[in-house]
Amino acid sequence: MSENIRVVEHATCTFCGCVCDDMKLTVDLDKHCITKADNACVLGKAWFAEHVIEDRPAALIDGHPASVEDAVAEAARILVTARFPITYGLSDTTCEAQREALAIVDLIRGTVDTTTSVCHGPTGIAFQGVGESTMTLGEVKNRADLLIFWGGNPGEAHPRLFARYAVTTKGMFIPNGKKDRTIVMVDVRRTPSTPVANIFLQVKPGRDFELLWALRAMVKGRKVNPDVEQVTGVPLAAMQDLVERMKNCRYGVLFFGMGLTMTRGRHFNAGALLALATDLNEFTHFVAKPVRGHGNVTGADNLTSWTTGYPFGVNFSRGYPRFNPGEFTTVDTLSRGDADAALIIASDPGSNFPKAAIEHMKRIPVIVLDTKATETTRLARVAFTTATYGINVGGTVYRMDDVPITLRPAFDSPYPSDQTVLTAIKNKVRELIGDTRASGAARAAA
Amino acid sequence: MAETMILIAGRTSKQGTSLNAGKLKDEYRDVTSTVEMNTDDMSRLSLKDGDPIRLSTSIGETMVRCKGRKPVDLPAGMLFIAYGPPSSQLLGSDTAGTGMPPSKHYEVTVEKVAAGP
Repeated sequence: MSENIRVVEHATCTFCGCVCDDMKLTVDLDKHCITKADNACVLGKAWFAEHVIEDRPAALIDGHPASVEDAVAEAARILVTARFPITYGLSDTTCEAQREALAIVDLIRGTVDTTTSVCHGPTGIAFQGVGESTMTLGEVKNRADLLIFWGGNPGEAHPRLFARYAVTTKGMFIPNGKKDRTIVMVDVRRTPSTPVANIFLQVKPGRDFELLWALRAMVKGRKVNPDVEQVTGVPLAAMQDLVERMKNCRYGVLFFGMGLTMTRGRHFNAGALLALATDLNEFTHFVAKPVRGHGNVTGADNLTSWTTGYPFGVNFSRGYPRFNPGEFTTVDTLSRGDADAALIIASDPGSNFPKAAIEHMKRIPVIVLDTKATETTRLARVAFTTATYGINVGGTVYRMDDVPITLRPAFDSPYPSDQTVLTAIKNKVRELIGDTRASGAARAAA
Repeated sequence: MAETMILIAGRTSKQGTSLNAGKLKDEYRDVTSTVEMNTDDMSRLSLKDGDPIRLSTSIGETMVRCKGRKPVDLPAGMLFIAYGPPSSQLLGSDTAGTGMPPSKHYEVTVEKVAAGP
């Protein structure tokens, strides 16, 4: 370790949606790396340790090193000449960068979608139909005496959720921590999260909706068909016990994961859970919250919502925003072959999208901004290496409970930020659009 | 002999730590190409930890290695894999008008294959 050391107090980890802002980072300024991350979980330690300055070109065009200026020009050319350009990702960058991306989409009359569509997109749809009884994680810490985790594995995906906000932590009205709380897990399998639970309900795969609907009926005092026990795999006595606990707690929370949104039923599953939380407010205080993934996916939802009126899957081809999941969401626009260019920001659909979508990305010009090489950067026409938010770049991110948090970067990067690159692309698009906007408007009028 | 099982894709700690090192690196590839299987199912199929198996759907197929989980942790007929390029090869693109492909709880065909040289 060199002697040129800096300590950053109250830094923020942007790996997952917990966005823990109590990091104490020890930074080796000569080696451009973080040597110690106090308070970080296993994922946070890897996040801080592995984001070092790599020896990669700042930009590639067709796999060949290029200047950032040339790459910006090529990216802008691709975007303004495309007829159905899509923008996707955005959940692992700052709100400031997201805002620039939205401005580009507006200028080119494109389509914008975020990783929410393949995460809690169905929850977003359910919010519109059912609403959300919501809270901050601070309220959970200080008040919640019954916590139900449904279809998620926070122990592995959000390791500090239990210790910092929800289970073992002591709060103002929860002086004894976990001893004052009852923890319930509902899942199709036992996970590393399960041991934290006082009660584990193992539901049959694909039967979450049936279990939630039965619980809603029982909360309202209705009789349910005993067959629901066979259908869901959960004994009626266990359901009745849970209902009594939910109605009689002081402050109940339903945290839910993608076990609900990624399975058959999708937004109906999420809607059933949100409706259950609403029902329970007849008896006590009950809230529900999706446990969000990437560091600033909640910021992407917020920013896209306050900018366009909709959270994801938004199209500007008519000059004003339209929202239609299934039509303007990225898996659909790629798999159907609608998109003829793609701007991918801080995301790797080339690694985890359906095969048909990945195959289409190989056929169209793709522009990628990422801190590391990925399957998506490998198929890109234009690839930018960018600085890491929260480590090299400041800005704003939203925690999973919609609380905005300011970042405190640790050390400088030789690479530009996502915001810098996107602002340059936006300005170049503005330059070019004088020639193409008229034809675009004529196309829309035709 | 081929069997039909239910595949669940999800996140794991190892996947989370290895993706920070790099998604093109061996550790991430190894984590995302390992499928967990109930040990009773493995015994019935004459599989042991590390054996290669082929998973296939109507969309595509992928080769992965299996790893046993106790029946109390993973029910019979169920598989778990960390998200990644192998699982995406099996994934359908019909989002049913939601934007979300059916990423968990889909049926896959499981076949034992001969180990490589």
